[in-house]
Amino acid sequence: MRDLIRAADLSVSHAGADLPVLNHVDFHIRPAEIVTVVGPNGSGKSTLVRALLGHVALSSGRVERAPGLRIGYVPQRVHIERAMPMTVRRFLSLPRRVGDAQAAAALQRTGVPGLDARQITQLSGGQFQRVLLARALLADPQLLVLDEPTQGLDQPGIVAFYKLIEEVRAETRAAVLMVSHDLLVVMRASDRVVCLNGHVCCEGTPQAVSAAPAYRAMFGAESQGTLALYQHHHDHDHDHVAAGHVHGPACAQTH
Amino acid sequence: MLDDFLTRAVLAGLGLVLATGSLGSFVVWRRMAYFGDSTAHAAILGVALSFVFSLPIYLGTLGVAVAMALIVAQLTARGQSMDTVLGVLAHSALALGLVGVSFVPSLRTGLDAFLFGDILAVSRADLAWIWGGAALVLGLLVWRWQRLVTASVNEELAMAAGIDPARERLILSLALALVVAIAIRIVGALLISAMLIVPAAAARGFAATPEQMAGSATAIGVIAVLGGLWASLWLDTPAGSSIVAISAVIYAFSLVLCRK
Repeated sequence: MRDLIRAADLSVSHAGADLPVLNHVDFHIRPAEIVTVVGPNGSGKSTLVRALLGHVALSSGRVERAPGLRIGYVPQRVHIERAMPMTVRRFLSLPRRVGDAQAAAALQRTGVPGLDARQITQLSGGQFQRVLLARALLADPQLLVLDEPTQGLDQPGIVAFYKLIEEVRAETRAAVLMVSHDLLVVMRASDRVVCLNGHVCCEGTPQAVSAAPAYRAMFGAESQGTLALYQHHHDHDHDHVAAGHVHGPACAQTH
Repeated sequence: MLDDFLTRAVLAGLGLVLATGSLGSFVVWRRMAYFGDSTAHAAILGVALSFVFSLPIYLGTLGVAVAMALIVAQLTARGQSMDTVLGVLAHSALALGLVGVSFVPSLRTGLDAFLFGDILAVSRADLAWIWGGAALVLGLLVWRWQRLVTASVNEELAMAAGIDPARERLILSLALALVVAIAIRIVGALLISAMLIVPAAAARGFAATPEQMAGSATAIGVIAVLGGLWASLWLDTPAGSSIVAISAVIYAFSLVLCRK
């Protein structure tokens, strides 16, 4: 099937910086595919997303988006000024006005029904992320782009959010491109993982990536956890993996 | 009816708040308070240039305010800090303006009217400028409302929807330049940003949406204009300052009423 976005030989430099943030990166995403980009801080994850969306100037390469591609975008760290009054309902109508029924359905879909009249600034981090996702879904997207959507959420919140993403994908058949730090959860939720550090270090199925030397070198001890996840759970226990690593507060077990 | 100086003053004030209610809300949301102040101070250079070249005051101030907005947009796009650029430009323009004023003998004594405004002296021609400018600003804001609000909420969200945040920012700067030009006769260069910020800040407590805030800010502006002119008439206080003082009192009340 045709790619939704295909990028070849992508390089991006920031003004005044010596080294390019992105160095000859190739990327593609197919319909209904969940692709997650992982990498250390400063590895160019967000820049890659912004380049794919056409928000930054490229110093080399090109990005092809499928004609008329509808994208639902949840940017990193959306901050709403307290000086600006904004109800959830009003926020959903930015920049395209939507009907009440549509807005209510989107909030229902992302698990935060009835928040319409609440002020955005009064929402918890988890509620706000779901409202952002609801807003993105209102565009009836073929591709959802989520930049660090679980920042500031606790572990159960993160697991629940990725579960929601998988449900949304199953229901709408939208492809999902995510940037994430949550290695353990990412490895369960993604079809394909791209490990980025200025260039693409490795990419493939979560299982292949978590065994790749480049990935293990990059994430050190944390990568041992994801590898262990596959050795101990992934191949045998599909039903419980989604909740498999949520432990009680007293649990000192390490993976 | 327009023969009465008080009627003209009321109409001038109402025309101004028609624009400042909504634009002031954007100034508060986007933290452009210093930008407004700087543009207003720079307008004194416009006043001096208008006298030197015998232009209408509105053209001179508008020209300088627009030039200021464009230069600020240019320099900040080149990576200069907004705070520094504004500080340099505003005070340089103010200083140049004061130097310029010293070459215009008739203006040396009349400068007060442009620093503090003189709403009781507006003419029919002033009214035409004020209402024309205010209608233009309001029309611009209504026309681009969804885009402006989205860009003010989050620039990344705006870009993903095909909105150019830099363009919306420039449109607000130009609207601000226009408001400075029409307000300088009414409240004067020193109090223009007060007309933008104080009613909007007072409206924040009463509003649940951006539209409600813009509407409430306009209503508060109307009350301030009527109250300020009334006070000026009966207590013999300066009109422009009284209007701002009433807004400040409403702001104080809003803090007490809407304590959350």
